[in-house]
Amino acid sequence: MNLHSIAAAIPEIYLIAAICLVLLFEAFVGARRPGATGTLTLLVLVIGAALTVVFADVTHRVVLFDGSYVADPLAFVLKLAGFLSVAVALLYSRSYLQGRDILKGEYYVLALSALLGIFVLISANSLLTIYLGVELLALSVYAMVAFDRESGVAAEAAMKYFVLGAIASGMLLYGMSIIYGLTGTLNLDGIAVALNAPNNLGVILGLTFIVVAVSFKFGAVPFHMWLPDAYEGAPTCVTLFIGTAPKIAYFALALRLLTHGLAGATVDWTRMLTPIAVLTLVVGNLVAIVQSNIKRMLAYSTISHVGFILLGFIAGTASGYSAALYYTLVYVLMTLGSFGVVVLASRKGFEADRLEDYKGLYRRDPLLALAMAMLMFSTAGVPPFVGFWAKLRIIQALWETSHPWLVIIAVTMSVVGAFYYLRVIKLMYFDEASASAPETVRSFGVRFALGLNAAAVLVLGVLPAPLLDLCSRVIH
Amino acid sequence: MHDHLLSLLIWLPIAAGVVVLLLGERNIAAGRWLSLIASLATLALCVPLWRDFNTHTAAYQFVQKAAWIARFHAYYALGVDGISMPLIVLTAFMTIPVVIAGWRVISARPAQYYASFLIMEGLMIGVFAATDALLFYFFWEAMLIPMFLIIGIWGGPRRVYATIKFFLYTFLGSVLMLAALIYMYVKAGSYSIAAFQALPLTLAEQRWIFAAFLIAFAVKVPMWPVHTWLPDAHVEAPTGGSVILAAIMLKMGGYGFLRFSLPITPDACRELDLLIITLSLIAVIYIGFVAIVQPDMKKLIAYSSIAHMGFVTLGAFLVYAIVKATASTQGAGMGIDGAMVQMISHGLISGALFLCVGVLYDRMHTRQIADYGGVINTMPVFAGFMVLFALANTGLPGTSGFVGEFLVILASFKASFWYAALAAVTLILGASYSLWLVKRVLFGPVGNERVAKLNDLDGREFLILGALAAVVLLVGIWPAPLLKVMEPSIQHLVSQAIATKIPV
Repeated sequence: MNLHSIAAAIPEIYLIAAICLVLLFEAFVGARRPGATGTLTLLVLVIGAALTVVFADVTHRVVLFDGSYVADPLAFVLKLAGFLSVAVALLYSRSYLQGRDILKGEYYVLALSALLGIFVLISANSLLTIYLGVELLALSVYAMVAFDRESGVAAEAAMKYFVLGAIASGMLLYGMSIIYGLTGTLNLDGIAVALNAPNNLGVILGLTFIVVAVSFKFGAVPFHMWLPDAYEGAPTCVTLFIGTAPKIAYFALALRLLTHGLAGATVDWTRMLTPIAVLTLVVGNLVAIVQSNIKRMLAYSTISHVGFILLGFIAGTASGYSAALYYTLVYVLMTLGSFGVVVLASRKGFEADRLEDYKGLYRRDPLLALAMAMLMFSTAGVPPFVGFWAKLRIIQALWETSHPWLVIIAVTMSVVGAFYYLRVIKLMYFDEASASAPETVRSFGVRFALGLNAAAVLVLGVLPAPLLDLCSRVIH
Repeated sequence: MHDHLLSLLIWLPIAAGVVVLLLGERNIAAGRWLSLIASLATLALCVPLWRDFNTHTAAYQFVQKAAWIARFHAYYALGVDGISMPLIVLTAFMTIPVVIAGWRVISARPAQYYASFLIMEGLMIGVFAATDALLFYFFWEAMLIPMFLIIGIWGGPRRVYATIKFFLYTFLGSVLMLAALIYMYVKAGSYSIAAFQALPLTLAEQRWIFAAFLIAFAVKVPMWPVHTWLPDAHVEAPTGGSVILAAIMLKMGGYGFLRFSLPITPDACRELDLLIITLSLIAVIYIGFVAIVQPDMKKLIAYSSIAHMGFVTLGAFLVYAIVKATASTQGAGMGIDGAMVQMISHGLISGALFLCVGVLYDRMHTRQIADYGGVINTMPVFAGFMVLFALANTGLPGTSGFVGEFLVILASFKASFWYAALAAVTLILGASYSLWLVKRVLFGPVGNERVAKLNDLDGREFLILGALAAVVLLVGIWPAPLLKVMEPSIQHLVSQAIATKIPV
């Protein structure tokens, strides 16, 4: 094994080294110059993305480390998306952390180790690697939720998240052990070969636990209870983080585990996912309507989007998986923006997390309001914004596989969804501002990034071909 | 230039709208003039469109095609035929009075107001010009955003309720149509509307697709019983919003029936034409009665719009009954002719009536009929215009209102005596609500002190209403050029509508 042969794994190797570097930097420099660690981390992410482009842009599937690691074009795209979304999330977080005196270097270390977990999941090709990735990601994120140690709400949210997450991990492990027992291998390629009989009771048993764990990680109904609490309780910049990059990892988890390793049992897991997806769509959208807290509302909106992503898996074709991939990437882009607005609208002592805090935002900050309006229309799936294409691709995949009822449920639920997104726009544009609201964050760099984020939603909506192409190309 | 004429028509107003938005509220004087120039330039672009339009072919003209999403065979494909071209001209024409009417009246966020209308104009032209179903849907839905903001920001007291109702109603209709379009894409392998029209579909498929289209277009028209969003939206919308809503947006439902329902699902249309005809007649008669008792001028005109749009859907779906009754395809297109003329005419007349209400509202800040009376004494010129438009609304010969209604009633006579008898009731009802409105608002002694203090039209208002009156009369007296433009396309549509698409 020489360096050349493991070049495809450079992103992970680099990240481990970078985490050590950032940790040391924080210990020696960070205490004296708060904020420097954040800048270094952003630099680390940019270099990482560049290294990924140079070394990990593989043209075909490369399996490394005795079959436990895989690098393919899909992994390349997902890792770049991971770098980008974490960088953007950290950029938005900075003013938030600063304003609340929690701008500590550990935050960045945790974010980077979560990113490492995400990468491990993206490139996992054995049950063990998957578990490693899941835990690395989850443990980093639990700590991030509790990062504001003065906040009781955050501690409670972290505790809930941790306990329920641990149960899910247990489920996953148990399901994996059954699959291992049936096939005698941990390797996903090996499992795919060994497992090709549907309706095998043992497989169904193992699969049940795995589907439950995957649904839990995604936040699919009825395993979604942790999600609104964690989203609401966590500091907003952490909500922004856990709402975005980890979804990329869970998409990869579902794709590698279900559609590759357990491809032989596709019929079985499709049957299990169908009611889960429908429930997720319905409950997510309906419950979001009655929320008065925007973080909770966006949490339920996330749940409803998960329903759409699962529909892509239910289609069970390459077209469906690439639709789910597209939806995931688009979702991450839109969520970065909308939570970014929440972060920028808040100040110490004013969390801007109630819906009524957005009344008359147009008057206070026209640019922020415009960005939020574009993001909300996009999330609702209205052209000319990119969210429209995400929904279109899912519906197309469902028609290709003849699922008329799922199409009807999906489109009706997107109308229900439109209602609560419109309400945010209504508050911002049609209502008068309340006098007490403080000024929004005015730092130029962050606002520029947010502007780009909103502009991307429009540009990708008007010219959707490149991203649609990419998503179709990397999934066969 | 002809290769890009339609693109220019779409993107010129949108670009101007963005510039007005960027100029911001501080440079609103420049923004106003830019809006006016852009809307005039858009109308000027319609001159070559009309002049160089070949009236001997049903094929799409001024065609432009570029790859948009190559992988999914979606194209940026534009083109017009005799059905869409007049509607594009109507759109370009009606935007100008809206811009002028807002000149001094809109004081809150005027730059956004003009930008919304200009962007809206481009999107509406896009709807009519798209020959790719995905592009059509793209414009169709995007159009909701500026309208949502127009009603929500510049509307009346209950504007939030009205605009959310408007958005959700139309959104629900649209997404079901989207599902149908994607279904056909999966079958046809292309989003081209022509490919959909040529795609063989079983009767069961056609029924479902017809239902999806019906919901989308019926909401937009709006047909009874899904019309309830319209009076709310109209009453709350600012004058400009009402004008665009009545003059153009409602036409999109009618356009959809002609472009999608009839040629794509002809067998389902044949089977279910009685349903549409019944709903249309209910709209004509029942909504006509409802209009009579409205105390609010805008609501009255809104209900009259629904009744008049009933004529459009009636005319469009008479084709099967005519073929059956006369056993020949000769003259089967008369109902569709009438529907088209009615759409153009209603666009002009309802737009003009809403502008008239706007003129009064700007002075008195009330739309209640009871607050007026004897306006003719203080505003004689205005009264003259309003009487003309009200008479045109009743279908007075010599105005554009007559041509459409007459053609549709004539066509229904061909189909069945009873259709004609019921449709003709509108002549009485239309006269009742229009003339009674005129009587209560304009005639009689001066109603109160505020009416006594009214000033007659200023130059700006005179210009708008004068131009509209001229066009209403022109179309009424000399409709031949309009009918000639539409003729080949409607013939082609009739042949598509009466053919069967069920695979053997």
